[in-house]
Amino acid sequence: MSLTALAKNGAVPDHPLEDLIRSDRIPHIWCPGCGIGTAFAACLSAMKASGIDLQTICMVSGIGCSGRAAGYVKLDSFHTTHGRAIPFATGLKLGNPKLNVVVFSGDGDLFAIGGNHFIHAARRNIDLTVICLNNLNYGMTGGQVAATTPFLARTTTTPAGNPEAPFNLPLLAWAAGATYVARWTILHTRELTECIQKAMKKSGFSFVEVLGPCPVNYGRRNKEKSLQTLKLYQEQTIIRNNADPTDLEVDFSKKVVLGEFVDKERSTCIENYDKTCRLM
Amino acid sequence: MDYWRKPLDAEEINVSQGEVHIIEDRCKGCGYCIEFCPKDILAFSIRFNKKGYHPPEVVGTEKCVNCHYCEIICPEFAIYSVEISTAKEG
Ligand SMILES: Cc1ncc(C[n+]2csc(CCOP(=O)(O)OP(=O)(O)O)c2C)c(N)n1
Ligand code: SF4
Ligand code: SF4
Ligand code: SF4
Ligand SMILES: [Mg+2]
Repeated sequence: MSLTALAKNGAVPDHPLEDLIRSDRIPHIWCPGCGIGTAFAACLSAMKASGIDLQTICMVSGIGCSGRAAGYVKLDSFHTTHGRAIPFATGLKLGNPKLNVVVFSGDGDLFAIGGNHFIHAARRNIDLTVICLNNLNYGMTGGQVAATTPFLARTTTTPAGNPEAPFNLPLLAWAAGATYVARWTILHTRELTECIQKAMKKSGFSFVEVLGPCPVNYGRRNKEKSLQTLKLYQEQTIIRNNADPTDLEVDFSKKVVLGEFVDKERSTCIENYDKTCRLM
Repeated sequence: MDYWRKPLDAEEINVSQGEVHIIEDRCKGCGYCIEFCPKDILAFSIRFNKKGYHPPEVVGTEKCVNCHYCEIICPEFAIYSVEISTAKEG
């Protein structure tokens, strides 16, 4: 048996995503063990594998560590103001319906300051793909409590433990009318990539939640090193496609449910607008 | 290749083999690739990169099955595998 490397002439081939990242800005700003880089890479792999013309894809982010993603993708991208990625993306899509618009942002950006935009974009069924990197806190500003911080978890603003209940994001998306909803962790990279690809190809409002560690702020205050968080993702999760959306709270003292929860058809905002307001 | 239980068609199946590439100066030493490589063939090197982290190195080159998991779990675009074609002779 003889071995021949596919790489010709001993030349080292590029990283398979090299053509989609702004290599001159790498290493990126994300901390060691931060989950954003893996979720971002899964998103780029999904774009590549989808067969969609890359020149029609735009990435929109808000503010936060996760919001920095738009600055690293070598496609048209927009780093908007805090909480406003979805309205910006809505404008892009309505202005040029041929675009494939992907919103990549954090839990604070999309569900605290930007929460109303999220529910209304889902209700109107705007044809967007929204990917939320949920690290259970506001990473960028030093680890404050978020609308997604689990009950009793410690953050800078809840030193005795969070007295509030977090949002169940897939339930929120389902209730508001999203046509595609899935949740994975960064450890479940293949399933995540596959679902992002499906979400991008789906017409209508698609939402993918990605659980990823913020070891520097959330992890440190909850005694979780990044590898321990990944072990939690391995041991304390269960895959259940089409699970009841009310069973999807994030509570790692029980099993956290992952999978694809919604995949349905509903006419989009543009389709309804054309039918109702454009006179043929 | 080690098996826990040898598959019946092991003789006919061509297990792919990979070659791992590491862009050392991108690595931030999180250890994800090392921990989750299914063949357990990555380990921290004793070298320091430009930023002061220990990048991984391959300790069992011929055992890489080109599964790409190191590549897709790495948050830094720092490691990837490329298939080596195994041409059977005769
Ligand atoms: C209008 C406005 N309010 C507050 C801030 C401060 N701020 C910056 S990022 C952020 C939260 C980010 O949290 P998240 O979206 O979860 O991103 P992460 O850093 O966790 O990825 C806040 C409150 C701001 N930049 N602009
Ligand atoms: S602060 Fe947290 S979310 Fe921000 S880059 Fe660091 S680990 Fe990631
Ligand atoms: S490709 Fe798979 S087997 Fe090879 S080093 Fe990476 S994780 Fe290990
Ligand atoms: S996963 Fe990437 S950043 Fe982490 S140790 Fe491996 S090569 Fe380095
Ligand atoms: Mg966050």
